[in-house]
Amino acid sequence: MDSTANGPVSGGPGAGAGPGPGAETGPGAGTDQTTFSSLLEDSAEDLYENAPCGYLSTLLDGQIARINTTLLTWLGYRRDQLVGRRYLSDLLTVGGRIYYETHLAPLVSMQGEVRGVALDLQAADGARLPVLITSVVKTDASGEPILVRTTVFDARDRRAYERELLRARQEAEGERARLQQLVATLQQSLLPPALPVVPGLDAAAHYQIASADEVGGDFYDLFPLSQDRWGVALGDVCGKGAHAATVTSLIRYTLRTAAVYDASPSAVLGTLNAALHQRYARDDRSFCTAIFGVLTPDGEGFTLALARGGHAAPLIMRADGTAGHVSVPGGPLIGVWDDAAFTTTTIRLGAGDTLLLFTDGLADARTGIAGDSGRYGEEALHAFARDLAPATAAAAISAMTALLEDLAGGLDDDTAILALGVPPASR
Amino acid sequence: MGDIRVGGRNNVVLAGRDDKPVMMLANGFGCDQNMWRLIVPGLAGDYRVVLFDHVGSGGSELPAWRADRYATLDGYTDDIVALCHELGLRQVVLVAHSVSAMMAVLAAIREPELFSKLILIGPSPRYIDDAGYRGGFSQADIDDLLGSLDSNYLGWSAAMAPVIMGNPERPALSDELANSFCRTDPEIARAFARTTFLSDNRSDLHQVTVPTLILQCSQDVIAPPEVGVYVQAQIPGSTLVTLPATGHCPHLSAPEVTLAAIRSFAAADGGGQHG
Repeated sequence: MDSTANGPVSGGPGAGAGPGPGAETGPGAGTDQTTFSSLLEDSAEDLYENAPCGYLSTLLDGQIARINTTLLTWLGYRRDQLVGRRYLSDLLTVGGRIYYETHLAPLVSMQGEVRGVALDLQAADGARLPVLITSVVKTDASGEPILVRTTVFDARDRRAYERELLRARQEAEGERARLQQLVATLQQSLLPPALPVVPGLDAAAHYQIASADEVGGDFYDLFPLSQDRWGVALGDVCGKGAHAATVTSLIRYTLRTAAVYDASPSAVLGTLNAALHQRYARDDRSFCTAIFGVLTPDGEGFTLALARGGHAAPLIMRADGTAGHVSVPGGPLIGVWDDAAFTTTTIRLGAGDTLLLFTDGLADARTGIAGDSGRYGEEALHAFARDLAPATAAAAISAMTALLEDLAGGLDDDTAILALGVPPASR
Repeated sequence: MGDIRVGGRNNVVLAGRDDKPVMMLANGFGCDQNMWRLIVPGLAGDYRVVLFDHVGSGGSELPAWRADRYATLDGYTDDIVALCHELGLRQVVLVAHSVSAMMAVLAAIREPELFSKLILIGPSPRYIDDAGYRGGFSQADIDDLLGSLDSNYLGWSAAMAPVIMGNPERPALSDELANSFCRTDPEIARAFARTTFLSDNRSDLHQVTVPTLILQCSQDVIAPPEVGVYVQAQIPGSTLVTLPATGHCPHLSAPEVTLAAIRSFAAADGGGQHG
């Protein structure tokens, strides 16, 4: 056929002066050129037959019309067993044949070529030969396709390399799944499995982890202190991951223990400050923000004594539809100073009032809207609460969860939200 | 020309004329609606041609793909029926290739009033041989295929990568090529292969009441001629036409005869007669 078409080397003598394949024009061009011509004399046929790759021409229906010696040798067939008798798909494994019929043949016919496709050929003795094939449609003078030319490269090394990559990838995926499982378990151990029932109070919480690969540093807690007193806590440990998890654990149990011995939230935070400062005094300094409160039933509602350190003031949504920040004097970041003082404020939660405690993940979420900060912001959160009020704890959490979903793409940090509400009086 | 891209979950494209009978073309396992490109021009003058991509392939909305929904042909069948309702199609001539042929069978059993005729190209109700039935593949063959897909997803993505990356020598084509054809997420391709090659719809065939044409290639390793004969024997009143074509995609390898067979059967009055 026309395999001479791919013979730029057949123009050997003189071609060295051209810009292209002139790499062979070494020193002493005169004698070498003669040597080259004699070496390349019968090159066209030999180049085809004994090329370092397999070469195959098929009719449009896949029937083998021509095949080079290299490929015949690889496959262990004689020429007369294949040419005019077998189809390209006959040389493939069953899986490859299905792939060929459903993907490759249509692609070749639609776009005139496919390149670098991985396939397994099946040799006469049944052995598999991993190859990479490239097929190009050859057209006649009027542009009508007449046959398909295919080069076949031995891809055993590459396949082994791919298998190794695949194994490494599967291993990495397995490790990641294991890590996420571990993170999820650890995270759960740092949060209450379910909020306790506090008579006369609706409580709801939401925790959104920014990354499944790392334990978040946010925490919340609601726990009984005595017959009619409950401790409530929410905060954010600096950092993430295993270290943050151990610090969170320490914080959680310190708060629970301290609150049993001391009735005042400011004193509880003072104890936490001392514990953190002492425990992490040297190189691995750790600190947190926190808000801590003690709930006591009070007629229809509750009295809530609150103190905070380094943490944003909570929002309260009143039964009358107003909303605003609770004015709790801000104390210092917890665990930084040797001697830190906090202040307790007491507020009342009446029928229909709902208190929202939250960490900064929400306010810090990127909105994607070009603005002064590009962050959702305290002010937006305040406005959101104003629009929402009045709302039950459950309604507030579901509205905040929806808001978080809207902002999900922009959430860089974990977010914890705890809502405490007294049911409306009319019920 | 006047193609209307409706888009949506199934990337619906309308070709042809809206005052003509509806012909819906459903492609099979492998590529996407581009598979019909050689015969659509021959249909556009006489039909409202409805093209679409199965969810998970071509220009469909990939996020709509869910492993559980598309683990059986029912999920795909639901989509075809839903498309007919959403587009308000009636009296549809449904031309379905490869695995879509069984979706067409299921759709026509479920809502026969939607369809006037079925034209099944290379249908196979079961690919794996069974007692008294030859599907063309042994269980071991299909296990080998599914196993190679499971273990070789790098290979599949690498195999398709040159297509995904386009065609540097023919930049005019590359945008179109880059965005379509056989681009397949390897995970979806594996699931679709599983759904396709493990399906068994032999017991559904006799319930088809819509006039049906089976177009069989004379040589097809995916759906061998005896499978076409089996389908014809099972679907009451159906017609079998064997096309002088090799391979599994006669609409690409022998578009003229395929088009002629489709047109002839679609245009014949009633159904069940030899077209």
